[in-house]
Amino acid sequence: MTFNAAHLLGIEHLHPTEITTLLDLADRYAEESRQGIQHKDVLAGLTQINMFFENSTRTQSSFELAGKRLGADVMNMSMATSSVKKGETLIDTALTLNAMHPDLLVVRHGASGAVDLLAQKVNCAVLNAGDGRHEHPTQALLDALTIRRAKGRLHRLSIAICGDIAHSRVARSNIMLLGKMENRVRLIAPPTLMPSGMQEFGVEVFEDMREGLQDVDVVMMLRLQKERMDGGFIPSEREYFHRYGLDAEKLSYAKDDAIVMHPGPMNRGVEIDGTIADDINRSVIQTQVEMGVAVRMAAMDLLARNLRAKRAAQTNVAV
Amino acid sequence: MDDILFHNARLIDPVTLTDSLGAITVKDGKITAILEKGETRPAKETIDCGGLCLAPGIVDMGVKVGEPGERHKESYRTAGRAAAAGGVTTIVTRPDTTAAIDTPETLEFVARRAQADAKVNVCHMAALTKGRDGREMTEIGFLLDAGAVAFTDGDHVVTDAKIYSRALTYAKSLGALVIGHVQEPTLSAGSSVTSGKFASLRGLPGVNPIAERMGLDRDISLIEMTGARYHVDQITTARALPALERAKRNGLDVTAGVGIHHLTLNEFDVADYRTFFKFKPPLRSEEDRIAVIQAVESGLIDVICSMHTPQDEESKRLPFEDAASGAVGLETLLPASLRLVHAGHITLPKLFRALSLNPARRLGLDCGRLIADTPADLVLFDPDAPFILDRSKLRSKSKNTPFDGARLQGTVAGTWVAGRRVDQE
Repeated sequence: MTFNAAHLLGIEHLHPTEITTLLDLADRYAEESRQGIQHKDVLAGLTQINMFFENSTRTQSSFELAGKRLGADVMNMSMATSSVKKGETLIDTALTLNAMHPDLLVVRHGASGAVDLLAQKVNCAVLNAGDGRHEHPTQALLDALTIRRAKGRLHRLSIAICGDIAHSRVARSNIMLLGKMENRVRLIAPPTLMPSGMQEFGVEVFEDMREGLQDVDVVMMLRLQKERMDGGFIPSEREYFHRYGLDAEKLSYAKDDAIVMHPGPMNRGVEIDGTIADDINRSVIQTQVEMGVAVRMAAMDLLARNLRAKRAAQTNVAV
Repeated sequence: MDDILFHNARLIDPVTLTDSLGAITVKDGKITAILEKGETRPAKETIDCGGLCLAPGIVDMGVKVGEPGERHKESYRTAGRAAAAGGVTTIVTRPDTTAAIDTPETLEFVARRAQADAKVNVCHMAALTKGRDGREMTEIGFLLDAGAVAFTDGDHVVTDAKIYSRALTYAKSLGALVIGHVQEPTLSAGSSVTSGKFASLRGLPGVNPIAERMGLDRDISLIEMTGARYHVDQITTARALPALERAKRNGLDVTAGVGIHHLTLNEFDVADYRTFFKFKPPLRSEEDRIAVIQAVESGLIDVICSMHTPQDEESKRLPFEDAASGAVGLETLLPASLRLVHAGHITLPKLFRALSLNPARRLGLDCGRLIADTPADLVLFDPDAPFILDRSKLRSKSKNTPFDGARLQGTVAGTWVAGRRVDQE
């Protein structure tokens, strides 16, 4: 087993074997959760703090459930209503929390790099639950697990990521993960929602959705992040749906057994047609949610092992 | 008899662009003669330079001192010490203080503070518009009388072309120099790095480098219309250079500068969100950096400055997008510039043309050259001596340098202002 990281801040610094280790463990947790096998001992005695500077229902509850299934004491802090409002800086918040000696800190923040900054100031394991437009590693890992279970492998697949790539941390983490595992990644977006320099990441870039979807194994749709748009990225939602929304006609360009994914929450009728999203033969969107809990269990388990090993080493030195 | 004889020195002359052994004599704060190797004259004090470089002291155009308003970041005393330690003999301050230096009264206050506390020469720039908010021009005439050497709104762009053209026309009638910050603000709004692969990788909002050329094109059009004397604070991209070249060729009274950090660092130095590498404009691509260095070498870009911007820890210990921009540079300007010499990009005389001669000329100062009857503002330095920079040792009150822990070459052995040594505390 190989997983040496102290934190899970992004996919960028993970090695392919670490990704595989994590997915293998997550796969086991997914199976055992279905069978109702409990693992309350894994994180027993550890404290997990969920610190969400941006509101989130799905990711926060997924992390909470993962921690509780492994026996951690879970605490949710909604930072939108806390001392941050009173002008406390991110670093002071981190130091305050650190003094309470948590073991696992799950952080979402609206600024790219904020979770890295925070991780430098605390002694516990930090999990990035999304920072600005930078990374969302557990989302990429749960997507990878979903693909691996549906397709039987996570290499040499042709995967299209479509939609609002510019504002998406999910896209960045996925591009890195799928690239590391040697897949062919295609990006499809209107040019206004495509960040510059993407060709240099070893991906193919398409403006035409039909062309981009040609013969792909996986279609990964992204949410149009209306709340991050300050005007003028697309002319209207209906034109966006016409040109970039996934419907049966556009999906027909992909392979016949291609799966459809979406990180949620969905804008039905904007980036995805409701009937495609609900098609149990194509859509794996509900599986993604299920795998989310398993992946987060695996991530926290591995980080907690490293944390305990580190603390044991420190104790030995002290003696 | 002269006061001081500097002999056995490598004289770096930015006027003749020569680099040769010789000696300099100084009396009553002025250079009295330049002597060739072997020649000598009697003096009260003789300084053996030991073959080190002796050059006209640096004229640093665009230094932020935190007075008034942010004295906890930098005072005239600490800025003066940092300058002396870095071979800077003339500081040209920016008016982007809190409050802005936009009235003769504020200017008189800072001039008095500088006079009392700074060990080097200090000249002041004043704001072009009141409060630097681009709506109403300042009292350019009164400010000139009070000693302002140039007019600038710092990194604020006067977006209204009509207001800007009136200010330029008025400045022109008084012969005042206007300094512009070229950036199309509607394109660069909200950005914290240059757009491209790095910005996309880090998920940071980027600005296309073309925003700089758009700003320059607009300013040059207005200079053509008004005939004002104009200087660009920083040109940092390759695509702005042809526009600058054309303006100069067409005979417009236009010059340009660049900050040292854009000559020595590129966008990738930001790495894992290191806020000490956040600048305005942001660090550029390596291609841009090389193109701008070549423009300094050829003389298309006239001036290298430090863009000294002290920031306290609190303004920098934030997520990248929220952190303040800028870095201190008075003390590191010379050793960082020498990187360009050691890399073979530029000769020492040409470097001092950009550091000393050109800024002095542009501001109408008589320093910045090794010529008899000009002020004896001199820096003696070893261009090769290696050291590792420790930011805690900087004289500036703020320690926000991107060169912390960097290997640099070039140490100052002495700084003289009007023949008086200023770098010993």
